[in-house]
Amino acid sequence: MIRSELIQSIADENPHLYQRDVERIVNTVFDEITEAMVRGDRVELRGFGAFSVKQREARTGRNPRTGESVEVPAKNVPFFKTGKLLRDRLNGK
Amino acid sequence: MSTNTLTRMDLNEAVFSEVGLSRNESSELVESILQKISDALVEGESVKISSFGTFSVRDKSARVGRNPKTGEEVPIHPRRVMTFRPSHLMKSRVERGGNS
Repeated sequence: MIRSELIQSIADENPHLYQRDVERIVNTVFDEITEAMVRGDRVELRGFGAFSVKQREARTGRNPRTGESVEVPAKNVPFFKTGKLLRDRLNGK
Repeated sequence: MSTNTLTRMDLNEAVFSEVGLSRNESSELVESILQKISDALVEGESVKISSFGTFSVRDKSARVGRNPKTGEEVPIHPRRVMTFRPSHLMKSRVERGGNS
């Protein structure tokens, strides 16, 4: 399923809404989650899962081809942990 | 960097202020979005949201685990897990994120 299919399926279930409004709604949800993580915030959606940001410390990496060392700066990476309900559903519980 | 936690309520509120719908309907739509994604994953389908990321399902095979406290061996059954792979856009935005 891709974004447009998700939008279409929500629009089909809500014939009283304009397609472009459904599009805005779906985009708003993903944008809110992204913006929260850019700020370093967590987004906790019970039953579904939680988005958070993990800090990776600076380290000395190595170019695997040349063996040369390179300084990798500290950075933040997005992280997702599946919620219990969804994890159980995936396993047919 | 102080960390706040957003919940469904914040997403509902964002949808509410974005489109002229009632609070009730806004929250139903947010729920419906999460439900659709979950249903697709339960069916074994991946969900790819451009510029956001991809949710996919992977099968893990059985292995022998160990209780770290007691050292006791316990069988871990085969199971399905979901993974989220952030898009390059999200990764680069989050990477620079709160520090810049």
